[in-house]
Amino acid sequence: MASNKKYWKSEAELNPNDSIVETLRQNEFVQEIPVDEFLGDKEQLSSTNTNRRDFLKYVGFSTAAAAMAACEGPVNKSIPYVIQPDNIVPGVANYYATTIANGFDFASILVKTREGRPIKIENNTDAKVNGAANARVQGSVLSLYDSTRLQGPLKDGEPVEWTTLDSDVKAKLNGLKASGKQIALLTQTYASPSTTKLISEFKEMYGEVNHVTYDAISEEAALSAFEAKYGERALADYNFEKADVIVSFGADFLADWQGGGYDSGYSKGRVPKNGKMSRHVQFEANMSLTGANADKRIPLTPMQQKVALAQLYAKLNGATTSGEIPDYAQRALENITEEIGKNKSAAVVVTGLQDENAQAVVLAINEMLGSKAFNATAPKYVRQGNVKNVNNLIADMKAGRVGALIMDGVNPVFTLPNAADFAEGIDKVDLSVAFSTNWNETTEIINYTAASNHYLESWGDTQIKKGNYSLTQPTIQELFDTRQFQTALLAWMESDKSYFDYIKETWETDVLGESDWNQALHDGVFVSGSSPEEEMGSMVETTLGNEEITADSVDIASAVQSLANATSGGGMELTLYSKVGMGDGQQAGNPWLQEFPDPITRVSWDNYVTVSKADAENLGFINENAANGGLDGSHAKLTVNGVTVDNVPVIIQPGQAPGSVGMALGYGRRVGMKPEMQTGVNAYPLYQGYNNVQSVTLEKSTGMHEFACMQLHNTLMGRGDIIKETTLEIFNTKDHAEWNEVPVVSLNHQEVPATTVDLWDSFDRSIGHHFNMSIDLNACTGCGACVVACVAENNVPVVGKEEVRRSRDMHWLRIDRYYSSEDTFEEDNIKKDEFDGLSGDKGSLAGFGELEHPATNPQVAFQPVMCQHCNHAPCETVCPVAATSHGRQGQNQMAYNRCVGTRYCANNCPYKVRRFNWFLYNNNDEFDYHMNNDLGKMVVNPDVNVRSRGVIEKCSMCIQKTQKTILDAKRDGREIKDGEFQTACSMACSNGAIVFGDINDEKSKIAELKESDRMYHLLEHVGTKPNVFYHVKVRNNNEA
Amino acid sequence: MKKVIYRNQISKVLGISLVVLLLFSISVFAQDEVATVAVQEETAADSSGDPVKGKTLFNQNCAACHALNRKMTGPALANVESRLSEEEGLDREWLYAWIKNSSGMIKDGDVYANKIYNEYNQALMTAFPTLSNTDIDDILAYTAAPPPAPVAAAEALIAEGDGGKSSGISNELILGALLIVFALLIMMLVLVQRTLKRIAIANGVELEREKAEKGLPIWKAFAQNQFLVLVFSIFLLLAAAYFAYGWMMQIGIDQGYAPIQPIHYSHKVHAGDNKIECKYCHSSARVSKHSGIPSLNVCMNCHKSIYEYQGNPEGPSQEDLANGYTNEFYTGEIKKLYKAVGWDEENQKYTGETQPVEWVRVHNLPDFAYFNHSQHVSVAGIECQTCHGPVEEMEILSQYSPLTMGWCINCHRETNVNVEDNEYYTKIHEELSKKYGVNQLTVAQMGGLECGKCHY
Repeated sequence: MASNKKYWKSEAELNPNDSIVETLRQNEFVQEIPVDEFLGDKEQLSSTNTNRRDFLKYVGFSTAAAAMAACEGPVNKSIPYVIQPDNIVPGVANYYATTIANGFDFASILVKTREGRPIKIENNTDAKVNGAANARVQGSVLSLYDSTRLQGPLKDGEPVEWTTLDSDVKAKLNGLKASGKQIALLTQTYASPSTTKLISEFKEMYGEVNHVTYDAISEEAALSAFEAKYGERALADYNFEKADVIVSFGADFLADWQGGGYDSGYSKGRVPKNGKMSRHVQFEANMSLTGANADKRIPLTPMQQKVALAQLYAKLNGATTSGEIPDYAQRALENITEEIGKNKSAAVVVTGLQDENAQAVVLAINEMLGSKAFNATAPKYVRQGNVKNVNNLIADMKAGRVGALIMDGVNPVFTLPNAADFAEGIDKVDLSVAFSTNWNETTEIINYTAASNHYLESWGDTQIKKGNYSLTQPTIQELFDTRQFQTALLAWMESDKSYFDYIKETWETDVLGESDWNQALHDGVFVSGSSPEEEMGSMVETTLGNEEITADSVDIASAVQSLANATSGGGMELTLYSKVGMGDGQQAGNPWLQEFPDPITRVSWDNYVTVSKADAENLGFINENAANGGLDGSHAKLTVNGVTVDNVPVIIQPGQAPGSVGMALGYGRRVGMKPEMQTGVNAYPLYQGYNNVQSVTLEKSTGMHEFACMQLHNTLMGRGDIIKETTLEIFNTKDHAEWNEVPVVSLNHQEVPATTVDLWDSFDRSIGHHFNMSIDLNACTGCGACVVACVAENNVPVVGKEEVRRSRDMHWLRIDRYYSSEDTFEEDNIKKDEFDGLSGDKGSLAGFGELEHPATNPQVAFQPVMCQHCNHAPCETVCPVAATSHGRQGQNQMAYNRCVGTRYCANNCPYKVRRFNWFLYNNNDEFDYHMNNDLGKMVVNPDVNVRSRGVIEKCSMCIQKTQKTILDAKRDGREIKDGEFQTACSMACSNGAIVFGDINDEKSKIAELKESDRMYHLLEHVGTKPNVFYHVKVRNNNEA
Repeated sequence: MKKVIYRNQISKVLGISLVVLLLFSISVFAQDEVATVAVQEETAADSSGDPVKGKTLFNQNCAACHALNRKMTGPALANVESRLSEEEGLDREWLYAWIKNSSGMIKDGDVYANKIYNEYNQALMTAFPTLSNTDIDDILAYTAAPPPAPVAAAEALIAEGDGGKSSGISNELILGALLIVFALLIMMLVLVQRTLKRIAIANGVELEREKAEKGLPIWKAFAQNQFLVLVFSIFLLLAAAYFAYGWMMQIGIDQGYAPIQPIHYSHKVHAGDNKIECKYCHSSARVSKHSGIPSLNVCMNCHKSIYEYQGNPEGPSQEDLANGYTNEFYTGEIKKLYKAVGWDEENQKYTGETQPVEWVRVHNLPDFAYFNHSQHVSVAGIECQTCHGPVEEMEILSQYSPLTMGWCINCHRETNVNVEDNEYYTKIHEELSKKYGVNQLTVAQMGGLECGKCHY
């Protein structure tokens, strides 16, 4: 029977006279077909020589030619060295110790080079301080091969020779000697003994030289407070391994707080040993990486944090102070006071508030406690920026008192909050030179752009911490006609020395003493004189003696008072922060880092303003999932002190303190960037007075923003067997069967442990190597260094924002972040277990709906997930062409050349770790990241295949690395020692969360970890028998 | 017919006389050479010392830096003694002192010693304190008059050279003669047949014509038999499939691929005639996945002093000559090397103007296959020839093995793992061999057939 249903195309059809309806009826296609564009031009059409028959001929010939060409192998040319360097053997990697010191990131690292090309960054385990490469440092090797790098010096944007630039600059500088105008050097933080010396010599030569150090993201308050107390402009060093109680007021010390590098010490203290682990309490506004790892996180606005800090100080001294904070915070403070009171020297307090008073109070508290984790005698030099000097310089520039401005490692026009003033000042400067690797906002408006070296092409030295020196050495010759700042200074000083000679001389006279230069260069690090650890020990002794020092009490008292009286200044409080992936924005052109998802929000390719759920409802902001699953967010307009930033996308962030918002700096670069990299919104204009806390008014603006999220589902839904959690108390007192339950399944109507039931027979895996990987959820901070290391090692392609939004990201290793729906994951589990029936109070229908929403201040857990290399792998059994198979050594192997792309395996994988190449990501200009140009391809690891379109790929457990280790041992004719087997992620993890090894070696660490009570497998009840195992996360909820 | 034979005879006579003429002329030159050698022998007779011993000593000690008639790292040494005494007034004692301790003399400020030191880029001559005065006498005797190659050998050489040439001529002659003989035979047969026919006709014998059968021609009969057609077409299809398959399976397999290289490098001369160990040049095969094309500085280790090709003492073989591989040709290739590496032969130094050589890669594995030379060369101890074939016999290198996966796998199935004196294998071999119940494990049993071992 014919249906009488009428299908409506649009509401316009209600009116039969509507012209649209008529057009729709007449035209087959709704949109007009641009036929006229190619057929309309009769003249052109008739004048072309190609008629239909010719066209068919061409098609036929070209098809035939292509077919013929495919039958014949290409002729490959091989060009050996004319004179082969002694230390390079084609096919064998060399490692060099060097140091990154770009003004934001300071780390001692190893660089892996192949045939003279740096291809990967690794941790320098010899380094005592900052020997761990974070995600940005891991990714920095790709910035070396950035195709947008400047390839030579420029004058007003036109290429010139270095000789021209040199002579022009020298002439100007010499001319300025007489004029009395100052020569200003505006540079990044170097912390370099040789550069400091060089600049002082430069001063001697040219007289009126004013060296101003500028940090894009300032630590001014901490530096000033430290200087006031200890007489040196530096930052106190902390060793969180030694702390039993860690209290942080807005300090994101697992990320970039005070130069970063604190996470490995922190993680060591977090793994329960002998029933003990550290307790970490975090007061903060934004949900930071550090807060996510805390045992207790108390959301407070920055103003409230100040008051809380003041109260803590008072409480520790048995006094009281004014100021109001919420009750829950008050209770937490009391607990903390008690906990600290139990063992004063094992506690440490830190703060990230850009407030000199707050910083001074924190220093005073740590002194007072005699904290073992606190070290002021051997401080860190990784931030040297001086806000006052920068402001003076800008004023001088505007007043025309600056004759020459030479910049290095900074992009003030982008990063200065008052960039307009700076740009105005530039006009009045006679000579402006900037050393930069890329064309940027600053190089756009100055006279001379000196194309600068990447740090992997440079010489340098750094004193990261007092007495801890490290060296930077080039690992590749300059790719372009570039020059580093110091070399240019030497040239302008008419010196014929190279900067290498200069460093060597400085070190031999000032640093090395009796030690050997070659050894120092080989190690990359050098510790001078008596060990600073010992010094610190003695310091603790002395301070312990007079515990009750409310020493410089006058200052501190007023500081505490002003903290206690802190006011928000009306409006909401904005906390500006830097992202783990982007930092201050120097590497905004780096596709690896752009695609690296934020550990908390899991958003890539963007920054945004984070708003609490309550505030979002008040202001009308929404987050919703579009039809393809992608997340959309409203736009907001932020106004700080009359400065407005519009169209900032909004993310509703669980755990964001109500009344506060957060936004990441470093995004929004536009000049000199590929279109794909021009992401996010620049937050620097809001960074007024170099203060990361601002009073802001938010308004909703029009339109929705499309986010590219790597994870769309945020809560664990009470599935406690995915991330197993327990508390320290239970962990210490109860049997592991209780807190690390083995799932049971039904066999013959009997409940039996899932591990005992199997569909398949098992192979004997006791012979040879059997690789396993251990991931300790207690040690993992979610920093993501492993993710970028994996990308670099395995040639993982960058797919771009659009593709990430379609959930087609290619990362072999992801770090899942879960929020709890109730206050804790435990409560989630209980809630789910208590579901009774479909509807009603405890109905699962409504209950599961509720579980989808994270709590206002949720617990957070991170879980790195890669291919679990199941011994009984579901993917292997469904592959129709046997492209994925199991190796005897435990690896689930993937033969790309065999794969036909059915994706059955990905569908059958319970862990969702298999990635499909939807496109050809290399040599494809549609993906203009780095694999489509010769320069960017230099970073490719030659030992790993670059995959093609239409195949599945996934973690191989770095089989190229295990194979190499085995081969090396075979060649030497020796057994393999524990620790030799490594994967890219296990090597990158300085926190010790990822451990890799051979479980058939009974003495190995991995074998020991596998026997641990905390060990569990992901989705154990599925029976996949994975070769990756996790360790139950233990939270220290022991409140005093 | 007679005429033809006659003409043939004429050409033969001409050819032979040409050969004789050539033979004669060459032996005349040879005699000249012998004469000059004799003269040199006479001049050398008056200096003491044994030039034959001297030659051996010279080759052992001096030849790395000196040649007789050519500047190398050090000056040319032909008639060095007489030259020195004539030009500089230095006697043999000075030479003894110089050879035994040149640096001492330079330090002591000897005028000529310093002059020569500065002239040759201040490269110190190695001191030879071990050489006795008699040894030096012998060497000087050799430099004064290099001993001739043994006369008998020289003559044999000449004779053989001639033989080669004359045989070349006779080959052509023989071929030509054979052709003519065949032509004659055919002509004779035709003539005989015609004569016989004529006789038969004359005798009135009826010639049996082939009976023009009125039956169907065979192809029509074939076309009408449907069964035959069917069978035949099935056969054709199968055969076509067979050959198509065979053809398609060889796509991408370049066995026998022997590209022409920018410099004619002969593995036969280097690895065969001169027995240079493969890994001397392909040194990275020991430690790396690549065997490595030697960098040009490796070539120069030898070719600094080997500036021309002297070939076999017997001279280029007939086959080489046929291919144009004369001594001059090879010497020309050495000059190409000098040009590429930027070696100034005249002044014995590098100019720094280099032109890297673009070799054509012979063995190409696809990118998705990982192969490691050191695993096979150093660990397994496999001879290069196992996969690369008799390289030492290849004038132009060609791909010997198919380099297909089947070929790899086959070898992994058949080859035993070399576990001797390798501690790495001790435990795993003991356990695995027990498990499989064998004395010697094959690579396959060790896990050498797993996909992930070569594809990642």
